[in-house]
Amino acid sequence: MKPFHYLRPTTVKDAINALASAPNARFIAGGTNLIDLMKRGLVAPEKLVDINSLPLKKIEQKAGFVRIGALALNSSVADHTIIAAKHPLLAQALKAGASGQLRNMATMGGNLLQRTRCPYFYDTAFPCNKRNPGSGCSALEGINRLHAIFGFSEKTGPPTCIAVNPSDLNVALSALDATVVVQNTQGERRIPFADFHRLPGDRPDRDTTLEAGELIVAVDIPDAPFARNVHYFKVRDRASYAFGLVSVAAALDLDNNRIKTARLALGGVAHKPWRLFEAEKMLVGQPVSETAFRQAAEVAMRDAKAFEHNAYKLKLAPNSIRQALTLAAGIS
Amino acid sequence: MANAHQNPAEPHPSLDRVDGRLKVTGAATYSAEYPFENLAHAVLITSTIAKGRIRTIDAKAAETAPGVLAVLSHMNSPGVPAYGSVKLPAERAPVGTAFRVFYDEFIYFSGQPVAMVVANTPEQARHAASLVHVDYESEKHQTDFEANLSKAAVATSVQRNKTSPFQDYDRGNPDAIYTAEVKIEATYTIPTQHHQPLEPHAIIAVWEADDKLTVYDKNQGVKSAQGNLAQAFKLPRENVKVNSKFIGGAFGSGIRVWPHTVAAVLAAQKVNRPVKLVLGRELMFTSVGYRPFTVQKIAIGATKDGQFTAITHEGTGQTSTYEEHLERTILATRAMYVCPNVSTRYRLLNLDVNTPTWMRGPGDATGMFALESALDELAFALSIDPLELRLRNHADSDPERHLPWSAKSLKDCYRIGAEQFGWKNRILEPQTMKADGMLVGYGMASSLYGFHRHPSKAKAVLLADGSVVVQSATMDIGPGTGTAMTQIAATMLGVNPKKIRFDLGDSGLPDAPGQNGSSTIPSVGSAVHAVCKALKIKLLTLAVAIPGSGFADVRPEDVTVKNGRLFPSADSSPGIAYTDILKHHKLTQVEVTEESKPGAERDQYSMYSFGCHFVEVHVSPVTGEVRVKRVVTCADVGKIINYKTARSQSIGGVVGGIGMALMEESAMDHRYGRYVTTDFASYHIPVHADIPQIDVFFVDQPDPYVNPIGSKGLGEIAIVGVAAAVANAVFHATGKRIRQLPITPDKLL
Repeated sequence: MKPFHYLRPTTVKDAINALASAPNARFIAGGTNLIDLMKRGLVAPEKLVDINSLPLKKIEQKAGFVRIGALALNSSVADHTIIAAKHPLLAQALKAGASGQLRNMATMGGNLLQRTRCPYFYDTAFPCNKRNPGSGCSALEGINRLHAIFGFSEKTGPPTCIAVNPSDLNVALSALDATVVVQNTQGERRIPFADFHRLPGDRPDRDTTLEAGELIVAVDIPDAPFARNVHYFKVRDRASYAFGLVSVAAALDLDNNRIKTARLALGGVAHKPWRLFEAEKMLVGQPVSETAFRQAAEVAMRDAKAFEHNAYKLKLAPNSIRQALTLAAGIS
Repeated sequence: MANAHQNPAEPHPSLDRVDGRLKVTGAATYSAEYPFENLAHAVLITSTIAKGRIRTIDAKAAETAPGVLAVLSHMNSPGVPAYGSVKLPAERAPVGTAFRVFYDEFIYFSGQPVAMVVANTPEQARHAASLVHVDYESEKHQTDFEANLSKAAVATSVQRNKTSPFQDYDRGNPDAIYTAEVKIEATYTIPTQHHQPLEPHAIIAVWEADDKLTVYDKNQGVKSAQGNLAQAFKLPRENVKVNSKFIGGAFGSGIRVWPHTVAAVLAAQKVNRPVKLVLGRELMFTSVGYRPFTVQKIAIGATKDGQFTAITHEGTGQTSTYEEHLERTILATRAMYVCPNVSTRYRLLNLDVNTPTWMRGPGDATGMFALESALDELAFALSIDPLELRLRNHADSDPERHLPWSAKSLKDCYRIGAEQFGWKNRILEPQTMKADGMLVGYGMASSLYGFHRHPSKAKAVLLADGSVVVQSATMDIGPGTGTAMTQIAATMLGVNPKKIRFDLGDSGLPDAPGQNGSSTIPSVGSAVHAVCKALKIKLLTLAVAIPGSGFADVRPEDVTVKNGRLFPSADSSPGIAYTDILKHHKLTQVEVTEESKPGAERDQYSMYSFGCHFVEVHVSPVTGEVRVKRVVTCADVGKIINYKTARSQSIGGVVGGIGMALMEESAMDHRYGRYVTTDFASYHIPVHADIPQIDVFFVDQPDPYVNPIGSKGLGEIAIVGVAAAVANAVFHATGKRIRQLPITPDKLL
């Protein structure tokens, strides 16, 4: 680990200025991913700006949306009464992630920026386009059991990166149409969740559209009728404390037995949380039924493509979509 | 039968762990935690290629980095005397050469230590390590077991040793398999699996003088570590002290002295300061051995009513290019069941990897996964209940050595396990039992483990206040050795366990074997038994000399003990307090040392532990996820010393077996000859949520022949057979036979 300077500002302005003056500085909050990255030598900031003293921990109901401060802990959000009442999908996703100890450290803002768990990214002995652009993607013909089936481009050659976003929270926030609120030296910027995370394209090193020097201050979740019929379904290699093989965030607004609105997002299948807009559209107006859910899953999987070791996801993902919808609808 | 909570017949049925409070309060000192002024910290730099040689090492930037004391490599190592000097022209080490750290430029595996930075702080060492640039000349490597399987051969050490148990073995007619009425044949694969104890391996090396070395080291045998280090550095044995009082798990990873230990000792020599080295989790995958990748082909022939007529078992295990690691993979097949015609073959495949080592239930956990899975396949083919098939082929004596068993209560284990589990509720046909939308499967498997007892010494000291100190250079890697030994001594001497202290983990104590092969209770327990008996006799001698004590003409075998007092017989005479015996003779203490060792009984009886496991799994038809819902395990390991620790050990074995069956796999990218699963996010071991109710039962009958205490070891047999029981349950639930571990959801979809 490279020696670094450390400071702990108490205002958002000071924090942003501290970063602006040092190009190789990083914010640190829970440190549950950044410290790993520093230990493995993947990032070597000259300066760590500890933002834990900033007043960004609140969870509040605002007019038309819930605002979650960027420093709210995963565990605090998961157990908060507002979240439980209005966005149980979020609570379910948070509780499906990591371990109790990690959830007590990890923050909302940090979770959005969690890097992939692709093993080739973490071990500097392997080529990796995400770590070292241009060096190649080792996962492509390597051990890619955990890797993407969506969102990589083959137009201009082999995919640049088939790593997946590891966050459970992101999948739920994607389904809930959240907005990421960021501050920079110019002021505030609001980024719709769908635009926050990127596909690898020609810049697989960039996970998000967050610009250098910007600080996430909050996540806004618009009020929506998804307090009842929701389910976060996560498939993993062991019962707890494992990154998802595939996960599904499903939210339904039902009128009697008819679907008024549907939200669906997949985790563990792409470089970003994979929102299933087409499948959602297909479900609207349909009665709750196995047929509708099967059709939605079929639509969702249209563009999927597997590699040597992850072909099982082509079956696991649609199975999981159907199961998540079934559980969300409350039928069994 | 006794449920594993406590045995009311025991005077101290479930003595709590004597070191439990120290461990849970953090007061126990582990190897990396000894404080030293002037302590320096080391970080290893390891090879990123699997085969080739080091061209250059550029350490200039590291050497001038803040706090750096030295950068060690083969270029400047003080040298390990036992290695000798490099013979020029340098050649790769031949098979049979233990890896020599910082010796020459050759690379044998990815992750091999090539250099080490020593600095004032761990952070400085870690940073400086990132500044060292190693330039390699790569050669084509071979690490892919399955792609190279055809190159497997009989180990050279076996070729040289005609009496090796790993020689090709044929009993009866090897061709009988071809004429069997019913036959199944299948190939089973176990991937490389790593011990991964939670405490990483660590050492603090201290040169007390030019010829005096002390190490605080994580290992499983202070005496063997002492011997190995003395030999490596050509020191008198007594000049090397090894201190390993607390070990945070090992499962076999600490049986050998590994290169990193030697590297730390070299570093301490180089900088002339105490040096600490703690392996990072990723280095735990290439530094301390592993359960080798193994492919096994088994065929079983049987009559239509399920009587075995022939078994063939071929096993091939992975090893390095420089050492041959052999394990029992195929051996259990010769002894486990009655069968007139049995053939076994054992081959090794040398690859450009580090050397494997023994991991809990070594060989037997591997071999019994294959054999017990194959039995389940045969039971299905014959439409016979899998337990009934085992009973029909039960071996009443050892069919390999043609000797009686010293003791065997496997049928009792089957009965207890089946009753407690409710095996009778199992529906024979797979894929028929369901609950809550899940496929339900019941599976079972047998287990066995050979009995090991080694010569062992113990010392007992009775002090004037009536307290007793018992000492032996044995270890506790987790099972509760100190607790069990305290209990044996307490029972033998009639002294309250609170007044007994048992010392272990120090090479200065009386000789004892390392903690491996489930040999600690049988060996060291026997020594403690012997030394306490000797102490009792000595006290009797002293008591006889006290006028009017009432011990004149009392025979040693009639003496009884209770509450720190010696009684001439079991009747109600007042006896005499140990403290009074010492007081009378004006002694501050009475000390005895005894050795206990196996004898001719080994040639008269075949000695094994036996047991079985019953497992219920639920498999999701939607996701292929397998969850173990409950386990009943029953073992016949002779007399149980402490029910509480024995139960914990059985539970630990089952947990390890669940990991082996469902999760553990060290995946290697063969293009680079390098593991990709080098952290706990990618190498999965079970978490609490994976572990259901585990009910443990013991037959608890002393084995009359194995040793004076009638107790066999438990550590290994606790895991043997578990993976097969899980796989068999998965087959029963799904109708899918997974022959390649681990059974992950993708394999069941």
